Amino acid sequence: MAPLIELRKASAGYAGRAVLHDIDLTINAGECVAVMGRSGAGKSTLLHLLHGRLADRVALIPQAAALVKTLSVFHNVYMGRLDRHPTWYNLRTLAFPARREVAEITDVLDLVGLADKLFERAGTLSGGQQQRTSVARALYNGRPIVIGDEPVSALDRVQGAEILSKLCARHDTAILAMHDIPLALAHTDRVVVIEEGRIVLDAPSRMIAAADLVPYYGG
Amino acid sequence: MAGDRAMTASSLVLPKLGYRSVTALFVLVAAVALALSDLAVSALDPWAEMRRLVSGLLRPDLLSIEAMSVVWTVAFAVLGVAIGAGTGLLLALAFARLRAVRLLCAFLRSVHELFWALLLIQVTGLSPTTGILAVAIPYSGIFAKVFAEMIEEADLSAERVLPPGTPIVARFAYARIPELAPQFWTYTLYRLECGLRSTLVLGFVGLPTIGFHLDSFFKQGHYAQAAALLMSFYVLIGTRRLWARPATIPLLIVASILVLPEAIGGGSTLTNLLRFLTQDIVPSPLRGADLLAAATWANFGAWLWPIVSKQAVPGVIQTLVLSQVALVAMGAIALTLFPFICRRFAGRVGQVLGRVALVVVRSTPEYMLVYVLLQLLGPSMLPAIIALSVHNGAIVGYLMGRHADVLEYRPDAPKGLNLYCYETVPRLYGQFLAYVLYRWEIILRESAIFGILGIATLGYYVDAAISEIRLDVAVVLILVTAALSMAVDAFSRGLRRQLRIDTMPTRLSEAPSEARLALPLRNQDIACKA
Repeated sequence: MAPLIELRKASAGYAGRAVLHDIDLTINAGECVAVMGRSGAGKSTLLHLLHGRLADRVALIPQAAALVKTLSVFHNVYMGRLDRHPTWYNLRTLAFPARREVAEITDVLDLVGLADKLFERAGTLSGGQQQRTSVARALYNGRPIVIGDEPVSALDRVQGAEILSKLCARHDTAILAMHDIPLALAHTDRVVVIEEGRIVLDAPSRMIAAADLVPYYGG
Repeated sequence: MAGDRAMTASSLVLPKLGYRSVTALFVLVAAVALALSDLAVSALDPWAEMRRLVSGLLRPDLLSIEAMSVVWTVAFAVLGVAIGAGTGLLLALAFARLRAVRLLCAFLRSVHELFWALLLIQVTGLSPTTGILAVAIPYSGIFAKVFAEMIEEADLSAERVLPPGTPIVARFAYARIPELAPQFWTYTLYRLECGLRSTLVLGFVGLPTIGFHLDSFFKQGHYAQAAALLMSFYVLIGTRRLWARPATIPLLIVASILVLPEAIGGGSTLTNLLRFLTQDIVPSPLRGADLLAAATWANFGAWLWPIVSKQAVPGVIQTLVLSQVALVAMGAIALTLFPFICRRFAGRVGQVLGRVALVVVRSTPEYMLVYVLLQLLGPSMLPAIIALSVHNGAIVGYLMGRHADVLEYRPDAPKGLNLYCYETVPRLYGQFLAYVLYRWEIILRESAIFGILGIATLGYYVDAAISEIRLDVAVVLILVTAALSMAVDAFSRGLRRQLRIDTMPTRLSEAPSEARLALPLRNQDIACKA
């Protein structure tokens, strides 16, 4: 299978300070990859780097749910496709959503269990519900690759598992930063572990046991 | 719970107020007001006059500047603001504790500088005292409120760790003053800018400031001379940070006292004050009458009724009509303008140009703008609506742009109009409403004042009463104006609480900016509540 993206000796950082060093990483289309590691290890930077390279094919789930809290759940999800409609249509949707979009978005919200919150203001939702709205926005966006920074961190394991399987099923390729070891092993094909800005483990999930990953989280 | 039940009951009766419904309500009221307002352009050839104005403004006659009028404008402003700030500071200490002080301050600031000037002229004549006090009196009310708010919002964590039993003076000197002094200074120095605008405008009622000469230049169509004078005023405002600093203030105060002009006529202030308080402003049926006799009060009623029905009520209606239209127009202008000073939409260069334009518009006194527009367009409400909405729209637009610049968007955020409609405006809308509702009372006071220029708002009737030397009537009408402005202030505050935007910044000092992180003391601006 053709690689979707290949990084060779890549480095990245902010404000002149390198966060990632010597990254060699190939991701193939169709893979569902978990990016793991301690906070501050460089997961978000790696996702940022990948997003930069793949931008127009990516549906993004940023770390903070990044919702517009004064708009409804419907509008926040609709934002995933703003670029596919003419501006006048987007303006119209702000005030008078068309039946077609309402139906489509209700379906998407059904997947994350939020269909009953369709026209509630995003600001009134709980943290977990906001995160699911953010996931719904990516699902509705529908681009082939999903990049998510801790997309299920505010959910319990059952909900998290459900959301993960939907993300992997609805997008060809998924690259997701995660910290829950069992969840990652159960729902992704491959685990990439980063420590202090370097890739220290890159293996298929089925070849790894939970105990192999614990050292990277200890202390 | 009983409280919960009460809340459910009230939410059944009243529709829940949200950003949308409040906006719709204000737009609806403004539409009705617009239908009631007179917007005719009655000037025969506004374009010809406009051409003369613009060509005059482009060729300022710098040699004609009356230097002393500029000096006096500064002197009145420096002394007025200094006295206002000093008094305000003292009042602020009692502000939180004494309801009487809060009411006094609310009253002082609800009467516009020009109304204070018109009353003071009766006592102290066309003298420097009038010019200074007309600024100092309302400003002390404003300073008291703002200083009190700053004291209340100050970070008092240092004070909490002081050992128990620390004397109150030491407490203040160590934990409060160092925290507050920089804010107080910044605000006071910024207020000086508002003070300069106020003293300029005082010239229009006869005091020897820039406005006095502007009035005659505009009346005679000497636009080149007017332009030179205006330019000197912009330079004054633009260079404020160079000449008005904590270190130069004592010098400025001494110099201001030394250059004050002599009073013109007027006689003894004390005699005037006594006459003013015991004769002039006492309702005429009560002067020297038997206050216990029923007939006196019947006369009083007969005196009061026509004032209320023929002047106060129509004046209040017209004032509200003007202010509601101007308020919504201001909001629309602010929402349209702010992307132009926002880096994300306008780019670096656009942002700088936009800011300069908005600051120039903001520095132009609204009163003068209305005055000029009335000459161009003829008498109607249109000039006042334009001036109020453009001036205040520039201020709110400037603030909104600053907020928009520090918003953090997600990496895959949309662009252009989509970003504006789906991200920027929805996220800032609460803040926008906080600014608009805060400026409501300011616009209302200005609307009343524009009556002096011939628009039939409350100021029109006040001015008429004063020129007929019926000061008792003028005082009744000024009290009505003050009550109206206090009512709008209270209503706006309640509305902001309902919408839960009452803790959002309304003063310019609280506007976020990138520069502020690096230079915390050099706050760019603080909103003018004038």
